[in-house]
Amino acid sequence: MKYSTQSFDKDANHGDNNMTLLNIQDLKTYYFTLRGPVKAVDGISFKVDKGEGLGLAGESGCGKTTVALSILKILPPGGRIVGGKIAFKEDDIVNLKEDDFRKRIRWKGISIVFQGAMNALNPVYKVGDQIVEAILTHEPDVSKEEAKDRVGKLLEMVGLEPSRANNYPHEFSGGMRQRALIAMSIACNPELLIADEPGTALDVIVQAQVLKLLRSLKSKLNLAMILITHDLSIIAETCEKTAIMYAGKIAEYGDVVTIFKEPLHPYTQGLMGAFPSIRAAKTRMVSIPGLPPDLLDPPSGCRFHPRCPFVMDVCKRKEPELTNVGKEDHYVSCYLVEKA
Amino acid sequence: MAEDLVMNVSNLVKWFPVSVGFFSTIFSRRALFVRAVDDISFDIKKGEVFGLAGESGSGKTTTGRLVLRLVEPTSGKIFFKGKDITTLSYSELKPLRRKMQIIFQDPYESLNPRMTIATIVSEPLRVLGIGNEMEIEEKVSKILEDVELAPPEEFIFRYPHELSGGQRQRVAVARAFVVSPEFIVADEPVSMLDVSIRAEILNLMLSLVEKFGASFLYITHDLALARHMCDRIAVMYLGKIMERGGTEKIVYEPLHPYTKALISAVPVPDPTTKRSEVVIKGEIPSPVSPPSGCRFHTRCPVAEEICRTKEPPLADYGDGHYAACHLIGKPRWEKYIAMKD
Repeated sequence: MKYSTQSFDKDANHGDNNMTLLNIQDLKTYYFTLRGPVKAVDGISFKVDKGEGLGLAGESGCGKTTVALSILKILPPGGRIVGGKIAFKEDDIVNLKEDDFRKRIRWKGISIVFQGAMNALNPVYKVGDQIVEAILTHEPDVSKEEAKDRVGKLLEMVGLEPSRANNYPHEFSGGMRQRALIAMSIACNPELLIADEPGTALDVIVQAQVLKLLRSLKSKLNLAMILITHDLSIIAETCEKTAIMYAGKIAEYGDVVTIFKEPLHPYTQGLMGAFPSIRAAKTRMVSIPGLPPDLLDPPSGCRFHPRCPFVMDVCKRKEPELTNVGKEDHYVSCYLVEKA
Repeated sequence: MAEDLVMNVSNLVKWFPVSVGFFSTIFSRRALFVRAVDDISFDIKKGEVFGLAGESGSGKTTTGRLVLRLVEPTSGKIFFKGKDITTLSYSELKPLRRKMQIIFQDPYESLNPRMTIATIVSEPLRVLGIGNEMEIEEKVSKILEDVELAPPEEFIFRYPHELSGGQRQRVAVARAFVVSPEFIVADEPVSMLDVSIRAEILNLMLSLVEKFGASFLYITHDLALARHMCDRIAVMYLGKIMERGGTEKIVYEPLHPYTKALISAVPVPDPTTKRSEVVIKGEIPSPVSPPSGCRFHTRCPVAEEICRTKEPPLADYGDGHYAACHLIGKPRWEKYIAMKD
């Protein structure tokens, strides 16, 4: 299959009646270690439409970040996509050549705001130059002057003084660095932005500012967004859809309002119970007993069964499928729900 | 002084000198200080969970260490059960250490990787010379059971690296409670833990506090957690207490614009309630040269002239609710506070 003949003109694609931007089918990404393959992502599927926000939630080590790295094809050594499909518009990302992928999709189609704003910028280069570099790498036909111009506009867009382009990262506060990273991520007008834990390590007020910025960019630029976080409340405020991940699998997927109102998977219910709300009545918080499993040797059947309060025999033997439960776009992988 | 006060702090100040270069030391006229804690007062009653909330750099952790005399105060007084401990010497302080303990933030850093769990948990007993070997062993097993590391035999010979984050923090909790303390400082005890196990550690600490009748100083940046844990909360900003009062009052009827902003910045896990955007601008200024007047005036949405020049005192608004703001009751303030959050 040849990709070079396809048009990269975004406007041509915008006219499509097809709203699906990213379609992931049965994605499997393993890390190959001396002790065997770590099944970080083990058969997950989801879709992101144009301009839609998807929240990817779960505990640390459940494979959220690996999903993001797989989509951008920037897995660390040892990590490999071993199965499944990632379709970005008409392109099959998994089989696309690196060169082609960098020229056409990375940053222009899909970009990422990395976790840990404190460390994601290079300390020895000026912030502006780093953004210029990102532009020139992905759009070689842009001149340096044009790129610099664009940096000024980008910084303004994220609420920073354009003159700050000449500062080094250490002259920025945490919130400003996060803003600079966001400016960098939208430098080439992507259609899909992946934000990996954009609020962690920031103070509550600064976190609220950053999330507000992301929300406004999302609606202004009609960005689709994948928001990776362990904080369900952030998803509730920013996204339309959510996928709850557990041990490399999707436990529940669907519309945020539906899932927050009636979470069906016991893990989702557990997560919601573990989260205090500052508004709702004061209740004793309930946590999920046990620990997330070792992905070198995940439990048989449903991966949540050792911690599940409603475990049945079948859960230990056979893995439940992600099935649609009546309401449109609400998928759960649990035998209990199927029964009901 | 009331009998039931476990901790009473008045006008506590801690300034850390800023180390500057050799030339600046010689040529600059004045030394620079980080004003980490700058004249704060509060008290903690027996059996109470007192929360200290604020952004990073507000001086919460320093306060926690000051009240245990882990750092020396610059000025001010610290009373523990009515006794002035501000100037006690190391040896005079030692018997009191049994009654005051701390749980640190990061269980990956706070446990010695070369000690077994039994050694870690028994160390406070040995250092303070409590009991003989038999009793120590008994106490250690008992407390490990209390923190739900059961059966204890399975854990005593293990090393920290064999435990998960949650289990490590349980060991840290056991180490603090093994001497049956009356006052415990917990410095962000769950911020390093996974969300699904936070609740059980917090519930565990609450039940131990109840069981031992201890008082608790809970330091956190997470107001949602603070609300679930604490009886009373003090909100700190740049080394000052901005507002202090009962938890429900602070959360539902905040008086200080900063508290209001802090609360409305907490995301709510409910997609159907759209909160208004009371988001204040900027970030916390440097504590080396804090703003004049009210320290919050640079970010305050309702600041007036007086805020820039005069520092507001922490004034009483009834029911043990204190706030430091010039504008309380003024129309601009009324309008801002009435905003839906």
